[in-house]
Amino acid sequence: MSDAAIEAIDLVREFKKGPRAVDGIDLRVEPGEVYGFLGPNGAGKSTTVHMLTTLLPPTDGRAWVAGHDIVEDGAAVRATIGAALQDAALDPFLTGREHMKLQTALHGMRGAEARERSDALLERVGLVQAADRRVGGYSGGMKRRLDLALALVHRPRILFLDEPTTGLDPQSRSALWEEVQRLAADRGVTVFLTTQYLEEADVLADRVGIIDRGHIVAEGTPEELKDEIGRPSVEAIPQDPDQLARTKQVLARFGESVTGSPKGASVRLSGGDAQLAEVVRALDAESIEINELQLHAPTLDDVFLAKTGRSLEGDAEVETEVAAA
Amino acid sequence: MTDVALLAQRSVVRTLRQPAMVVPSLVFPLLLLSINSSGLETATHLPGFPTDSYFQFALAIPFIQGALFSANSAGTNVASDIETGFLNRLSLTPLRRVSLMMGQLTGILALGLIQAVTFVAVGLAFGDGIAAGPGGVVVLVLLSLTISLAFGAVGAFVALRAGNGEAVQGTFPLFFAALFLSSMSLPRDLIEADWFRTIATWNPVSYMLEGIRSLVIEGWDGEALALAFACAGGIAAIAVAAAGSALRSRMVRT
Repeated sequence: MSDAAIEAIDLVREFKKGPRAVDGIDLRVEPGEVYGFLGPNGAGKSTTVHMLTTLLPPTDGRAWVAGHDIVEDGAAVRATIGAALQDAALDPFLTGREHMKLQTALHGMRGAEARERSDALLERVGLVQAADRRVGGYSGGMKRRLDLALALVHRPRILFLDEPTTGLDPQSRSALWEEVQRLAADRGVTVFLTTQYLEEADVLADRVGIIDRGHIVAEGTPEELKDEIGRPSVEAIPQDPDQLARTKQVLARFGESVTGSPKGASVRLSGGDAQLAEVVRALDAESIEINELQLHAPTLDDVFLAKTGRSLEGDAEVETEVAAA
Repeated sequence: MTDVALLAQRSVVRTLRQPAMVVPSLVFPLLLLSINSSGLETATHLPGFPTDSYFQFALAIPFIQGALFSANSAGTNVASDIETGFLNRLSLTPLRRVSLMMGQLTGILALGLIQAVTFVAVGLAFGDGIAAGPGGVVVLVLLSLTISLAFGAVGAFVALRAGNGEAVQGTFPLFFAALFLSSMSLPRDLIEADWFRTIATWNPVSYMLEGIRSLVIEGWDGEALALAFACAGGIAAIAVAAAGSALRSRMVRT
């Protein structure tokens, strides 16, 4: 029995007519940790969550959640975890309170206990006033918050959140982040969070695993991962758009080109931020008037780029992994 | 048992909150009854026609049509649960599969009961009554519920196998074809075209209609009722078993 909150060894999921969605991943998430599982659409995030939550049997490998084997002891795993999977799984014709009533009952709560638990969770996620309205009329953020409340009904020690903020406006996203942070800090809940948003992983996760095409390509704290890349990038936007080509030529002397604003030139500085002064002098020497000059610290996208040769942002492969099941 | 009751309640509540699902299942069969009974009244002059009121003859049809709407409603609800991920949510609770299936089927029966009571009330209000008397009304409602269960379970099976509402909608015309290729408009022995009569004879829907008609027109006919219950019960048993198997595949969890 594993003492980790979540542990996976060489976990594989292969679909009959599809790709090897998860291709031998190893994971270890400690109790109380917020683990961010970052990757583009189709990388294998949701497939991994479906396996760890017992909804999808693995093709190979082993995994334990709260010490229980996900294949041999699925019921024990389910009793320990809460999950809010991709797309809030709600019935548009029921009210928020009716959802809570059903969920508490299915977890064996009755009468006053069920009512108190429902009320407390609805209050926690800020849905008391909307509790008696049908969910079909809820905003995306409200649906996500209700989804979270439902996942917390039986006081799970481990919470799986599969892209919890996809499609939400910044305010709703921020509210959900706060709630996740509170859960981890106040209650010691282990959170396994998948996301395609760099900022989300950066803000929420104690540690991040970056998955691409079924493989974990990097793992560590956000700082560790960014330190691996080490070098910042500089972006220069010329005042005269006609000088963009020349700006790119000048900047190319200082490092490899990276994705940036279409109005400017961006390179990763091969000599680090100490080169910034040289960049300014070189541009000045070429008489290029600069409208905007920015130094960017390394981001998780840079980490992804360094590990896979592709940018995470803008990668829009179609999510086929679970549908292929 | 509480889980079953809760899921049945949810199934009924969500159905009743969709007027587009409930109203057509009551209005269309009654509309067709009204059109048929006025337009085909002369059919009662055919030698051997079992009654002189086409309304009495056609009263059986709404019960079957209502059940077909039940199939659509049950299938659409199940497909919606799959598509929204609600089934996954239920899979993560300690809920047993059999409770989920029973909850869904109880919901189908509740809708079927509303339909049966409505159609019986219309029959009593506008027809010549139910020949089998009050006991016959009870049997009629029971038969109607068995038919609703049979078609509803078929709808649930299609949804669980296909996983989407489009597949359920796609099967709806097939159900109606089965109704039209039965003894819906005429008694089987008065259907002239051989191919039609043969299909109607093999079609279990004919026996369901004839079981209902026997109660409405003739009184107690043990053979007609036995055949009707056997056909409806047989389809229900097969469809429930098939839906249960499809649910096991759909609700895969370790």
